[in-house]
Amino acid sequence: MALGLGVATTPGLAQPDEAVKIGVLLGFTGPIESLTPPMADSAELAFEEVSDSGRFLGGKTIEPVRADSTCVDAAAATAAAERLVTSDNVAAILGADCSGVTIAVANNVAVPKGIALTSPSATSPALSTIDDDGLFFRTSPSDARQGRVLAQVIKDRGYDAIAVTYTKNDYGKGLSESLQAGFEELGGTVTINTAHEDGKADYTAEVAELAEAGSDLLVVLGYADQGGIGIIRAALDTGAFDTFGLADAMYSQPFLDAIAADGNDLTGSFGTVPGTEGAGVDAFQEISMAAGGDGQAAFTGESYDAAALMALAMQKGGEATSEAVADNMMAVANAPGEKILPGELGKALEILAAGGEVDYVGATNVELVGPGEASGSYREYEVEGNEFTTVRFR
Amino acid sequence: MKQPSHPRPSPVDSKVVGATAETNRPPRPWRPPWWMAVGVALGLVVLALVSREGGGVNLLNALVRFANFVVIPGISYGSQLALGALGVTLIYAVMRFSDFAHGDTMAFGAMGVILTTRVLQGMGISAGPLPTALLALPFGILGAITLALVFDRAVYRFYRRQRAAPVTFVIASIGALFVTNGLVRLIIGPGDQRFADGVRFIFRVQEFKEMTGLSEGLALRTTQVITLAVAVIVVLGLFLFLNRTSLGKAMRAYADNEDLALLSGINPERVALWTWIIAATLATIAGTLYGLDKSFKPFTYFQLLLPIFASAIVGGIGKPLGAIAGGFVVAFSEIAFTYPYRKILGYLGFETDSLVQLLSTDYKFAVSFIILVVVLIWRPRGIFQGRLV
Repeated sequence: MALGLGVATTPGLAQPDEAVKIGVLLGFTGPIESLTPPMADSAELAFEEVSDSGRFLGGKTIEPVRADSTCVDAAAATAAAERLVTSDNVAAILGADCSGVTIAVANNVAVPKGIALTSPSATSPALSTIDDDGLFFRTSPSDARQGRVLAQVIKDRGYDAIAVTYTKNDYGKGLSESLQAGFEELGGTVTINTAHEDGKADYTAEVAELAEAGSDLLVVLGYADQGGIGIIRAALDTGAFDTFGLADAMYSQPFLDAIAADGNDLTGSFGTVPGTEGAGVDAFQEISMAAGGDGQAAFTGESYDAAALMALAMQKGGEATSEAVADNMMAVANAPGEKILPGELGKALEILAAGGEVDYVGATNVELVGPGEASGSYREYEVEGNEFTTVRFR
Repeated sequence: MKQPSHPRPSPVDSKVVGATAETNRPPRPWRPPWWMAVGVALGLVVLALVSREGGGVNLLNALVRFANFVVIPGISYGSQLALGALGVTLIYAVMRFSDFAHGDTMAFGAMGVILTTRVLQGMGISAGPLPTALLALPFGILGAITLALVFDRAVYRFYRRQRAAPVTFVIASIGALFVTNGLVRLIIGPGDQRFADGVRFIFRVQEFKEMTGLSEGLALRTTQVITLAVAVIVVLGLFLFLNRTSLGKAMRAYADNEDLALLSGINPERVALWTWIIAATLATIAGTLYGLDKSFKPFTYFQLLLPIFASAIVGGIGKPLGAIAGGFVVAFSEIAFTYPYRKILGYLGFETDSLVQLLSTDYKFAVSFIILVVVLIWRPRGIFQGRLV
């Protein structure tokens, strides 16, 4: 018994000075449980690269500690974050994922305990204005930005009056408000902007309401396997609309297949999804595939970038603490300095150790603006036949 | 033996008598009946609308739009509610309690149909232009009957022998609700299932527009027609059963007066057995039609309970005819109260910027609630004078 205990505790005590613990707080159970494993793998890929380089703070390694944010349960996410800080003694936390739990963790744990928090996927505009003492960062852009980009796309295609329906949560509401503001600034009119409930069997009544307001385009800011597809199905069946503006959560091939299976055609519908192109994207895909991933799953690039940025900020600050992350995050993410692509973290660590500057590009061309969030670039897509095609990047 | 013949007034006599009686009174002035006045008023309105420029076409457009968004969805939703409410009302009449598990029995039956449909599709069997689910219906019905009888034997029979109060049955049925709901989620999962195949449309909006040249279109889905057709067949069958067969009469007798029925030798267990069989059949058909027409998701069936009970109570609980009327009243109220009439009024010459919508679509379920409360306060026996709840 005593021997067993000794063996079990030995690995944790092996290198007490070298291992820097960083929490990985993602929703391993709950509504996005299918997205989180590749996200965590990508973040840990970056930590591993940093550890293996042997140049991190004079040869220390990073030990990721996973915890479950559940995506929806703020109390459970707060408890998990508390545990990371008090019992695992993490230096900083990567996470959380969904906007609601991220706000809860930022307010209840990160700010009171002075822990830096970097989310790869929380996109609610509310996170831009929280009182975070400079501790919160995100490598995904705020939906406020997507709303404006989508407004520009719609306007550029010659629509002047649009109807908007959004899924009834923080994501949908924030996105619809920024879309409306952006579209009205461009001189367009939003004839109706209403929420829809997910999980209903029939959306004919909602579509009737949207159709009555009178516009040529229906913008659906919903989920591809929930109310979003329900609204589109009902709109096509009743002939209320035949072209749709779509946001990122509708970018899903199974959704197109299901509409095609109904005998309907979405050709001409269009939308935006966060996305970039360039050397960073290719480099990330290469190392991700070498590690057994596919480099394209949602938010994996953002997760890698969040992890890499935290490590680089610690290196620049010269210590594995949240203060180092908070103080140096913007400096390592933005110009001036040497451009750093995924897979070049060793080089970046070396430059920083020598007192130089880096401009981390990463998997998503990350550029931190305002309160420490990615400026974001978006892919404008269009449906052709049964496929999404890329029009251009904005 | 010859019957003593009674002197009967001949038809001729009675006429003469009637005529003499009438002549004593001053002739009543002819009054047009009320429906004629309504007809004339409607005719005038239509004339006024048609006489405007392009008025005829606009009137047609308004009617087509109304049909597309209100009438057709209302008829199919109403049929589905009516079938569900028939099951509830039947159980209430015979077993004397409100079966809260009915919504989930619908889900259970529909689940059986979906699973069988998948097997049939796997074997390459289909019903041509009709959904394969119609072929799978008997299997789903068998599954639901089995479930209902298991609950009856395991739970309800015990309380029936105890002659327990109705509220005990209601609470027991809530237990059955959760068990059934759990079973459905366990077997088929909580997600959305779509199992409609075959031809989806009888005619589409675009085809209708090209055919008629109107600017408004009308779509008619196969499932909407099937819903109505199946509902009519099932209701006719049920009424024939209740009125013509000895078993149906026994059930009605048992429903009217339990003690009298027992005295006249009706076997209560047999009545209970057949009530469950029929209720489970109705539930499966209603559940399958709803799933075909909209989509199958266990949680939406749980939510259907409210409009179904509203339908049964509005119509008069315990009255089969009432369940049907109630189903359509609730369905049309839900749709008509949440529909914005802006464009229709526009076609009729009343341009407006407001949506002319009584309630937001978010309050769809509230409509059932309001109907339920209003009926319980002012007409607790419902349209067809059912029992007091």
